Parts: sequence; structure tokens; C-alpha cells
Amino acid sequence: MAESSEVKLLGTWWSPFAMRSRIALNIKHVNYAFVDENLLSKSELLLKSNSVHKKIPVLIHGDKPVCESLIIVQYIDDVWTSDPSILPSDPYDRATALFWAAYLDEKWFPALKGILFGQGEDAKKALVDQAVEALVLVEEAFGKCSKGKPFFGGDQIGYVDIAFGCFLAMIRVTEKFNDIKLLDQAKTPELVKWAERFCQHPAVNGVMPETEELAEYAEIAIVKMRDANPPKS
Amino acid sequence: MAGESVKLLGFWCSPYALRVKWALKLKGIEYEYVEEDLVNKSPQLLQYNPAYKKIPVLVHHGKPVVESLVILEYIDDTWKQNPILPEDPYERAVARFWAKFADDKCVPAMMGAFTKQGEEKEKAVKEAQENLKILESGLGEKSFFGGDKIGFVDIAVGWIGVWVRLTEEVAEVNLVDAKTMPLLNAWFERFPELPTIKECIPPWDKLLEHNRNFHKRLTAGST
Repeated sequence: MAESSEVKLLGTWWSPFAMRSRIALNIKHVNYAFVDENLLSKSELLLKSNSVHKKIPVLIHGDKPVCESLIIVQYIDDVWTSDPSILPSDPYDRATALFWAAYLDEKWFPALKGILFGQGEDAKKALVDQAVEALVLVEEAFGKCSKGKPFFGGDQIGYVDIAFGCFLAMIRVTEKFNDIKLLDQAKTPELVKWAERFCQHPAVNGVMPETEELAEYAEIAIVKMRDANPPKS
Repeated sequence: MAGESVKLLGFWCSPYALRVKWALKLKGIEYEYVEEDLVNKSPQLLQYNPAYKKIPVLVHHGKPVVESLVILEYIDDTWKQNPILPEDPYERAVARFWAKFADDKCVPAMMGAFTKQGEEKEKAVKEAQENLKILESGLGEKSFFGGDKIGFVDIAVGWIGVWVRLTEEVAEVNLVDAKTMPLLNAWFERFPELPTIKECIPPWDKLLEHNRNFHKRLTAGST
């Protein structure tokens, strides 16, 4: 698929996973049309482009759909080869980046989701401990990956920055609703500083939801989920 | 390559270690294999994989790479002969998609069919069949997911062919057959017969015995 073919991204303004694709496209200065999907009434295009999962994000390049947020980011890096690279060129550094992104999705994000949407104080406390513990590992990883530079990717935002940074608005909302600190100055000072740098980056600035706006949306989503899943007595 | 130091920490019947063995074999990479005791994990394993404490771990020049799909990509990035992932970016994305789909959707359902009982088991069997049918659509009429030759998805997902048969035998279920999934069924038979692939698969009897014992322990004491 030629770099110049039309690019469309199906996502939502609030989805951290859609944000990953948007940041990656912005880093590469790719012009794209953003389609803000209504997930309660999914478009024909979405249902056709991701017939397996029927989920966003979906990147449509020309007539070819690419699904799964991290796979989309790798695809963007593979197609638009101009600098900066999103994934490191060194195989070992690449493997490290792939590992941490997968870790965040498999181990860390479920805990975050559980804290934001979950019910039951004890269960939440356990998830908070789990999430904070995981972030201490991510803080260590930041030290190793960044090698003293501002981002996991070094001088520029890279794969792990994108994979993790997309959750920052959701982290802030979760902290606010539960009166907790996940990104803690005491335990993860480097990540706290990194978070600020990440949010100010031009590729991120326009696509990170405002905390207040996301909080309003999350409140509605939480109520809906609680109505659908009342706590077991 | 002379002077390469490649070590694989694995477990004899781990399908995730098997993926890595296949990739290394395909590329003709010599390596030292270390059989880990998963009940008493070695200090080496805990040091190499503090986040998950699991095998497989590939150690190259003393540096550990963990998570089997990450290891496959690392192997393909490092040793350029007999490429595993396709060259075309879109085809690469498709390959990564199917490997992830199999891990996220087919494997848990298959495990459910093996570990659960009663209604939950029936539900898991149905889910496994549905997801395997979707996986079949990724294969289509091709001989292998990689086309005429095996590729990333074959190496990542090929173990499911063997483990589906183990599950069917031990848990007494039907997951994949020539009638319901002719294309996938044919690939389940074709892939393990390739010499490079066959050599690495543990003997069927050993696998069956191990899984029968595991199943017995899981279902022991249930009514």
C-alpha cells in the first residue's frame, strides 16, 4: 500500500487505544480522517472492517483495514519509514519495547479498569496495590529504555511511550474518583515527570482528552456498568 | 553463526517453548537448551524474567528476551535467513493479528474445555469451536497461514493442532473435525508432519500421559 493512499482511523475521542494510533500517525505527520464512532450504534464500515472483533480502533489504509491498537502502531512504523522511528532499530531494544507494551496491556490495564469500574473496597484496594507495584517495574523499565533521555523511546516518543501514555487521562480520572495516587511522586518519580513531558508533546497534545471531559464521560459509563452488573450480596 | 551464545530456558511440554524451538530450528540456529523445573524455579529464571517468572526465556549474549511472541519477533529481527514474518507491512499486520487472536480467543476457550466441567465445559467447547472457525477464515484455502511455506502464524499457532487433539482425547470433547472445519483440520494434520516441526514435538504418548494426569488432578474430588 503506497504511503500516499487515503488513511482513515475509526475510533472514539475517549479511547486510549484509538489514541495510540492517532499519536503514531501524528508522529509520522500522516494526514488522516478521524471517524468518531458511536459504539452503541456501530457503523457499517466498522462492522465490515473489523468483522472479527467489531471493535475500535481500526486503521483503514486505502481499502485495507488494520486492527488491534499495538499492531496498528507497528504497521504505521513499517509503512511510514521516515524519522522518527517509533520502534527501536536494535533487535534487543525492540524486543524490550514489545515486551513492556504487552505487559501494560495484559497485566496493568486490567487492574486500572478494575479500579475505575469495579465495586467493592477490598477488591479495589488489591487492584490498586497491584497497579502501583506494576508501575514500579515500569519506572525501572523507563530508566533502562530511556538511557537518561526524556522518553522511553529516547529523544523522541516511541512505542512504549505511546503504549503507556495513552492511559494518562484515564489514570487521572481513576485517581480523582478513588482519591488515590497511581503515579506517585514517592514511588515513581521519573514516570511523574515523564507523564508531563508526554502530555505536552505536539503529537499528543491534540488527542489526549481533557481530564474533566473524560471524568464526565466515565461517570456515565460507570453508572451504566453498575446497573448492568449489580454487586452480588 | 560462530561465537553466538544462544540459550533457551524451557519446559518439555510447554507449547510456548515449542514455538521458540520451531523458530530456532527453522533458522538453523544452534542453542543450548535448559529444562526448567517449574515447581522449583531456578534463580536464573527468576533473574531473567522477574515480571512473569515464566518460561520460555531466550538468552542471547547474556541478555534475556521473554514472552514467546516477542521472542519470535526478536529471532526474526536478529537472524535474517528464512524469514518468519512477511515483508509486506500489511501482511505483517495480518499475521500479528491472527497470532494474537489465537492466543486471546482460541487458547483460553480450549483451556476451558480441558479444565472445566458440566455447563461451563459445554460453554467453553462452544466458544472454542466458534473461535477456531474464525481462525480457519484466516487460513482460507492456503496450505499454511504463511502461504506455500510456513510463517509467523503457523509457528505461533501450530501447537494448537496438537493440543486440540490432546484436549479432545483427555476431556472427551469434539473441537475440530473434517466436517465442521475442513481447512483447519487439514492444516492441523499437515503442519505437524513437516520434518522440522515434527522433530521438536514431544512424543504423543508422553504428552497424553502428562495431560491425563493433569486432568485427573483437576477433576479429582469433584462430584
